[in-house]
Amino acid sequence: MDLKDKLVSSFMAFENNVDIDHPVHDVRTEAMKNFEQKGFPSKKEEAWKYTSLNSLQKIDFSIFPKQDNALDYKDVKKYFIHDIDTYKIVFIDGIYSSNLSETTHDGVDICLMSSALTKPMYKAVIDVYFNKVASKDESLTTLNTAFSREGAYIYIPKNKMPKKPVEIVHFATGNEASLMLQPRNLIIVEENAELQVIERHQSLTTNEVLTNSVTEIFAAKSAIIDYYKVQNDAATASLIDNTYINQKSKSFVNVHTFSFGGKLTRNNLNFYQNGEYMDSTMKGVTILGEKQHVDHHTLVHHIEPNCESHQDYKGIYGENSTGVFNGKIIVDKIAQKTNAFQQNNNILISDKATINTKPQLEIFADDVKCSHGCTIGQLDEDAMFYLQSRGIPEKEARALLMYAFANNVLESVRIPELKARINKLIAKKLGVNLGFDL
Amino acid sequence: MLKINDLHASVEDKEILNGINLEVNAGEVHAIMGPNGSGKSTLASVIAGKEEFEVTKGSVVLDGEDLEDDAPEDRAHKGVFLSFQYPVEIPGVSVTNFMKTAINESRKAKGLEDMPANQMLKMIREKAEMLEIDRKFLSRSLNEGFSGGEKKRNEIFQMAMLEPKLAILDETDSGLDIDALRIVANGVNKLKSKDNAVIVITHYQRLLEYIVPDFVHVLHNGKIVKSGGKELALELEAKGYDWIKQEATV
Repeated sequence: MDLKDKLVSSFMAFENNVDIDHPVHDVRTEAMKNFEQKGFPSKKEEAWKYTSLNSLQKIDFSIFPKQDNALDYKDVKKYFIHDIDTYKIVFIDGIYSSNLSETTHDGVDICLMSSALTKPMYKAVIDVYFNKVASKDESLTTLNTAFSREGAYIYIPKNKMPKKPVEIVHFATGNEASLMLQPRNLIIVEENAELQVIERHQSLTTNEVLTNSVTEIFAAKSAIIDYYKVQNDAATASLIDNTYINQKSKSFVNVHTFSFGGKLTRNNLNFYQNGEYMDSTMKGVTILGEKQHVDHHTLVHHIEPNCESHQDYKGIYGENSTGVFNGKIIVDKIAQKTNAFQQNNNILISDKATINTKPQLEIFADDVKCSHGCTIGQLDEDAMFYLQSRGIPEKEARALLMYAFANNVLESVRIPELKARINKLIAKKLGVNLGFDL
Repeated sequence: MLKINDLHASVEDKEILNGINLEVNAGEVHAIMGPNGSGKSTLASVIAGKEEFEVTKGSVVLDGEDLEDDAPEDRAHKGVFLSFQYPVEIPGVSVTNFMKTAINESRKAKGLEDMPANQMLKMIREKAEMLEIDRKFLSRSLNEGFSGGEKKRNEIFQMAMLEPKLAILDETDSGLDIDALRIVANGVNKLKSKDNAVIVITHYQRLLEYIVPDFVHVLHNGKIVKSGGKELALELEAKGYDWIKQEATV
């Protein structure tokens, strides 16, 4: 049985474990119909031209983990930003781990989607926000919607800011030979409130994992959100990340995506600007080797006037790795005075690595500033000579230059401990010890 | 210390150095002058080991050792330093961290432990003071947004930190105002000793008023066509390079 059939037939079993009288279940059923009709996207679709899901569909993924698995904090501590205090929403094989988590209801809600979807006290919020910005026809999003049950739920009321950042971490233990996970996150930051989130998916063994994640984010007027995605998973773990952000006037939302690992990673990052004078920022550093594949698909939809968007993605591709950057910007006719910037720079450090980069601009307003640029190159030989002439060996010189190349993106990381961690990951990924922490 | 014998070098089959002979002893300052395109910067790059240039004939020998097979970093470890005409910007890496890496890589190549942090810090402070470099400057990203003068001063700061045996200053005076020139030249003079040597590459005589050479060589069409004492630089300043070119063709 292929994966689609398995998912479709598993839906009934899934229904046995959820409240089918809850209004959310109508949403699920509708979504399932869409997925059943469309199935997995194929390379024939323009948006999936360079990313094939074929081989993943041949794997016999478990849809529901068989057991409740536990992990010791000391064994997984290194995957957390452990040198600062954080709220933690942690899942092990898709199941919430109260042991590893630190949630709160103290003025803000940092807790579980399963509670939000079942407890009456959250019903009003769920009615307003659940599945309201996520796509209702993109097949993988609807697949996630159909199976939506667990994930992170964060609600920050007006003028509030949690005392510390929130870490959302998904562990896969490898207790299943192959496991499919479908976390569903809902994040609402009300007027003038703030939030910082660090998200990570981590497989602890070399068993196959496929995660199809959907995150809905709502930034109300003057809200500020910093969202950091740390993608450094095992070589047998694949991730399809679908993130949808609905922004209101004067809000700031920054999403940083650090892609250093995994087998296949697809980031669908969608911003919808429903208001004026706001800023949407997407930044990414991708450093790949082996046969890794990362596909960044971004969308910014400028719906109203006087807004800005900034995209800056840097990629370093080695060995047989492949990368995709597809940045779509839509500026509606009434969205005058839009400033939309997009930059994608890539360095290929191997003859066998490839990158496909494509800006996609659909501009219907006439008084706008839109710029885009993509480059693909090698390291500057003059710069290499400069560093080597100072006694820095070739390998370290390369690493320094690559770090310098990615540096713009790191500068805007606003959690210093996270920045330090990312720097270490970069140094490790580049295989160097420079005698100081990058 | 440095012996260059009949050195020929080319880039993309175009010969730029055309039989250079030069001997530099410890304690000496040599100036290499010449018109644009005469091969001055190429000579500097070839000594420092830039791979873009192919040495087709001759040799560069440092302390009796042929440098032919040495990568630029190996030459640096043996005491060669090149101050660049156009230093490269490295965003995100501070001057201090860059120096730490450079110094400790050199030490590693010599089988030494990393320099202790406090010793490094002390050295950085001393050398910065000598070159009148502000403390804040050291935590800025290497060369990023530096003015022309700051870049050159930073080159000499690196030279001071690395304490090379042979320092080659490639057009260090270009883009410097008179005050910066004086500071840079003072720095070089303080670093001079009986054990090291300096090659100053310059188009103009101006720098040589501050860094006084023992020998002046004129390069033309990839060859040293005239050598003399410091008075040769003054003669060049007064008469220009045309008479040299004519003399060379005769």
